[in-house]
Amino acid sequence: MYKLKFSYNNNPITMSDNKQKMKAYWKKNLKTLMILLLIWFTVSFGFGILLVEPLNAVKIGGFKLGFWFAQQGSIYTFVILIFVYVFRMNQLDREFDVNEE
Amino acid sequence: MDILTWTYILVGLSFTLYIGIALYTRAGSTKEFYTAGGGVSPLANGMATAADWMSAASFISMAGIIAFSGYDGSVYLMGWTGGYVLLALLLAPYLRKFGKFTVPDFVGDRYYSNKARVVAVICALFISFTYVAGQMRGVGIVFSRYLEVDINTGVIIGMCIVFFYAVLGGMKGITYTQVAQYCVLIFAYMVPAIFISMQLTGNPIPQLGLGDTVADGTYLLDKLDGVLSELGFAAYTSGRKGMVDMFAITLALMVGTAGLPHVIVRFFTVPRVKDARLSAGYALIFIAILYTTAPAVAAFGIYNAIDTVGGQPVNDLPDWVDNWQKTNLITVNDKNGDGIVQYTSDPATNELSIDKDIMVLASPEIAKLPNWVVGLVAAGGMAAALSTAAGLLLVISTSVSRDLFRTFKPNMTEKRELLIARISAAGAVVLAGYFGVNPPGFVAEVVAFAFGLAAASFFPVIIMGIFSSRINKEGAIAGMVSGLVFTLGYITYFKFGQTLLGLSPEAVSSDNWWFGISPEGIGSIGMLVNFVVCYLVSKITPAPPQDVQDMIQEIRIPRGAGKANDH
Repeated sequence: MYKLKFSYNNNPITMSDNKQKMKAYWKKNLKTLMILLLIWFTVSFGFGILLVEPLNAVKIGGFKLGFWFAQQGSIYTFVILIFVYVFRMNQLDREFDVNEE
Repeated sequence: MDILTWTYILVGLSFTLYIGIALYTRAGSTKEFYTAGGGVSPLANGMATAADWMSAASFISMAGIIAFSGYDGSVYLMGWTGGYVLLALLLAPYLRKFGKFTVPDFVGDRYYSNKARVVAVICALFISFTYVAGQMRGVGIVFSRYLEVDINTGVIIGMCIVFFYAVLGGMKGITYTQVAQYCVLIFAYMVPAIFISMQLTGNPIPQLGLGDTVADGTYLLDKLDGVLSELGFAAYTSGRKGMVDMFAITLALMVGTAGLPHVIVRFFTVPRVKDARLSAGYALIFIAILYTTAPAVAAFGIYNAIDTVGGQPVNDLPDWVDNWQKTNLITVNDKNGDGIVQYTSDPATNELSIDKDIMVLASPEIAKLPNWVVGLVAAGGMAAALSTAAGLLLVISTSVSRDLFRTFKPNMTEKRELLIARISAAGAVVLAGYFGVNPPGFVAEVVAFAFGLAAASFFPVIIMGIFSSRINKEGAIAGMVSGLVFTLGYITYFKFGQTLLGLSPEAVSSDNWWFGISPEGIGSIGMLVNFVVCYLVSKITPAPPQDVQDMIQEIRIPRGAGKANDH
């Protein structure tokens, strides 16, 4: 028990610093996820299903907008979302020095 | 050269390629057998994931399903692509950092319990087997339609090929054959699609052709809406399914995709966490190429059928109709004897029946493309079925050798474990082949439910295992079991209630669906059940031990993933 305590106190500053840092990293990660998933939900369940009727009143070329989101637009958005995520996480990893070589 | 010769040549060439790759990339260790040694580049893994993912159903049937259901078919398009966002953001990076070989590995370690591991193995086996039986059947069907051999002979040839490279090569062999298979299948899908798009709309990009005008200057989709409504069908761009059901099915398919073990395991094969994220992105690009083309192929196909067959004289139909009538995939029956083909929504007067598979299978002939393109489409369909079957068989063999044998015999030598992995892969091939030859009548229906089951079992416990350190083994086991039982129960009641439980047709009719949710969509409710039960049970039972909580902190940080894989 004593030993355990000792090892924790061994390097108190870096230890708690590091913990704080990881907490901040995780928080920023979660925020990124929330924003991206909100968009994910909006284009598919929102535009493609729940709001499909009102959006279908808008036409772009030969596409009714709601239909386009359901069969095309949501898929393009999904691809973009993943690449934005990749970019943002690589940024975060470097910022918090947890990136890999 | 005629179609059959071209088909033999192209299918033969593609098989030679797969076998060559398999021989070149034999697995020498369990690590290579399970995860290709963890050294696959993100781009190659993305391609392999796409081939692994897109099955015979995606390649052959999906366009046809959309053609006949219009807007309702969007559930498959959104559901089978949106899951990759969940996979990339919520699962792949963390599971890669965790750094072991299988999904049950993660469940077992995270929930510090062999019971949880065994429940996970059973889920994985159940999902993979229902899915693989459908694939072997798909292989047989492609063989029989194009090579004019018996379906069963087709299944057996397919078995031999898969046997060869899955048993020999393990994940390593499968990965590189899947890269080749992706190239074959996407080329085979795009060539006819591009030509049909040019013919109908003058636009070489099918995705844009879908929104373009046809010969008489009206927009294709408007024209379809009008013609289909006239014939008594629902308009193409508006659906028949209820909004709640659309929502539930899309969600179940998305979450199910993210919970399918043969897809998740692909992200164990890349070197670093950032590669796992990136390869999910590549995978979705490669999938999106086919998935955004499919709705175009669908609309072109149904337009062609209505325009060139419906209302035409019976003895002056296009050549492709005559050719495919032999296979019964399209049948014309001049019921009222007026010599004209009537296509209507009323089964009593309708004279044209079209199988959904024909939209892709006959597409080269509809576009009047040369014979070699037909052979190419055959090779593409085969590639799609074989790559998915191989990925599933690997999950099955890994589940047996790694998650069952090794859990109870931890001191096994690596050589022995590899042997057991190979034997179980062989056993799985034979069993899958058996189901391919003797398909249980409900295979087609069951495949769709594999998603519901994956959604209701794996997805919640993996997500919560990563994003909460409070969820414990009691919660996870209770969650998985209740999600699975609920979903299975609902599906059994409404799908097999009449045959298995002796219920009346009224009792199982769609009027009695809860909130109008079909059995296909119930996995999303099963997922919620799993989440709630898991959370509540965890709350009233003790927190996980400290070392597990430390592990959770550890998998949230990318650095060190390369090392983690080496033990």
